[in-house]
Amino acid sequence: MKEIIRKLTGICGPSGSEGPVRESIRAEVQRILAGKAKGTELRTDAMGNLIVTRHGSPSGLKVMLAAHMDEIGVVVTHVDEKGFCRFANVGGVRATALWGSRVLFTGGAVGVIGLEKLEDPSRVPGLDRFYIDTGIVGKADCRVKVGDVGCFLRDYAEMGRLITAKALDDRIGCAILLQALDELKDSPHEISFVFTVQEEVGLRGATTSAFGVEPNLAIAVDVTGTGDTPEAHPMSVRVGSGAAIKVKDGGMLAHVGVKDWLVRTAEAGGIPYQLEVLEGGTTDATSIQTSRAGVPAGVLSVPCRYVHSPSEVVDCGDAEAVVRILTAGLSRGIQL
Amino acid sequence: MLLQKLSEATGVSGNEEPVRALLLEAVRGLADECRIDTMGNMIVLRRGTGGSPLRVMVAAHMDEIGLMITQIEDNGVLHFAKVGGIDDRLLPAKPVLIGPRKVNGVVTFKPVHLTEKGERDTVVSWKQLCIDIGAASRAEAEKLVQKGDTAVFATDYCELDTAAGGWRTVAGKAFDDRAGCAVVAELLEDRYPFDLYAVFTVQEEVGLRGARTAAFSVKPDCGIAVDCTGANETPKKKDLSPSTRLGEGPAITIRDNSFIADPRLVDLFFSTGSRLGIPCQSKMPNVGGTDAGAIHMTHEGVPSITMAVPCRYIHAPKGILSLRDFENTVRLGREALRRLPETMKQ
Repeated sequence: MKEIIRKLTGICGPSGSEGPVRESIRAEVQRILAGKAKGTELRTDAMGNLIVTRHGSPSGLKVMLAAHMDEIGVVVTHVDEKGFCRFANVGGVRATALWGSRVLFTGGAVGVIGLEKLEDPSRVPGLDRFYIDTGIVGKADCRVKVGDVGCFLRDYAEMGRLITAKALDDRIGCAILLQALDELKDSPHEISFVFTVQEEVGLRGATTSAFGVEPNLAIAVDVTGTGDTPEAHPMSVRVGSGAAIKVKDGGMLAHVGVKDWLVRTAEAGGIPYQLEVLEGGTTDATSIQTSRAGVPAGVLSVPCRYVHSPSEVVDCGDAEAVVRILTAGLSRGIQL
Repeated sequence: MLLQKLSEATGVSGNEEPVRALLLEAVRGLADECRIDTMGNMIVLRRGTGGSPLRVMVAAHMDEIGLMITQIEDNGVLHFAKVGGIDDRLLPAKPVLIGPRKVNGVVTFKPVHLTEKGERDTVVSWKQLCIDIGAASRAEAEKLVQKGDTAVFATDYCELDTAAGGWRTVAGKAFDDRAGCAVVAELLEDRYPFDLYAVFTVQEEVGLRGARTAAFSVKPDCGIAVDCTGANETPKKKDLSPSTRLGEGPAITIRDNSFIADPRLVDLFFSTGSRLGIPCQSKMPNVGGTDAGAIHMTHEGVPSITMAVPCRYIHAPKGILSLRDFENTVRLGREALRRLPETMKQ
């Protein structure tokens, strides 16, 4: 899985500009399907969600699996006379990770994030005190304009059992869906693998794709926080301790039947798992759950340190555990 | 002039009827169909000439920010709540008009003589302010107003710079979004290749509520919100964005807090502007939200954009906009709509 994770995390795709991620995933899906029997459809909807639907049998459910293609980033709000760019956040950007970070704009320009001289350096400044230096000397030369978006620039690296990269949130979820699509043999269910857009700015792609797919069971695959670092906020989830099965987060209570089904599947298969209660943040499952007349929804999470920093850290073994739960659970009938 | 009538009409969120009546009168002769939905949105269909199967929704909101009377004190003064986004610093001592009878009132305020040292450096919360209608008692006040009445700033429309070749600025209240309503009314004068649904929405200022239900029933293939947006051009120490500037034409939203505009539509508006020499500008990203935020999330998703008339001092008693910008917004809207079918094929 590491190769696909490396490939997907290397792509620049902030919310609203997921095109290159979608094309890469589409190519991967086509490669996977090339060796398989027919009966799978691909489509991109009006918002830009990529929906891959595998046909099922009449006895099965309509299942939606969601992982978001977008990542956090920046958007240029102003180019000053000297050519420095002021910017705002795309999704949950933290000021503490900004100074000295590099930005890659979707148009190809690179910039370095600088910071005004602060009166009180002991206080974390707001985003309005930072700027992007794109290495040019005047407004007229600036290749970047108001409204342009960029992602953080940071290489993928392996460190012991763990890997680090930008945008593991949620390219690792995309990689998991691709792996599950590849490994899942027979299933009675009609399964839509949905690669969503604009999760980081308000679960927007999942809202419209859930309306379109109209599932009767949904699982979002995303990253979650951990409590295993020095002086962390208390949380029992640890990197390397298996797939995290969500009980609750800042936006949803997982459907109890779905959560229990995921737990049963993990236990039956001897797959490492841990229960997750996340106090802040949420996933696509929140908007899917309240689509139309309501959808039983749960989340499988990959524990991730330093979420929304340019160096997110995960254990690939946890991601593989998520794939195993999905393929085991979806290969037979589901009783909630 | 329609803009003046709309600006001076009262229509706080949830009480848009006077604005709707003016707009109905203005567009009656242009509508192939017109209906008012459960929420109070007015949906006007202008049939297409048949060249395109698209359904296009253009939306402008009728409501404005204001106050709502919540309680009447024994001594006749009125407590109120804010409706929509109002900066507390704007409220003290402002003249207001309350309820359908437009009763005159003044937001309370302590004169300079009676304030303590330091008091003038702090902002008084709206919770500590009342509206005074000059009534001697609760009984007297209840003859004029009742709980639930809404109040607007008492502001007449006026012309400022009228010189030929100038900005032709005007001042008034509620240009957000009566300016957009007036633009949409003018857009209805043309026919386009597709069916155009012009929707005058309710309750935008309290959460894009009208647009949500209207878009669900119209089920458009494309959504365009026409709004009025802030221009903050007061001199600043730092070189920062004014968000938009007066005189530079309609402001196109690339992304704001409510949605990300469809890139094809962004390109359509800017390329139409540059090809035809209609000035237009980008609005500073990540500021505010418009009806497009609700429209684009309808059903399976609707490619959307916002075009706005720039205005100084929005969400305040008196804003200033340029009629030249207003006219350029109409021109850009009309020309972009003509080119829309080609864009949506991409």
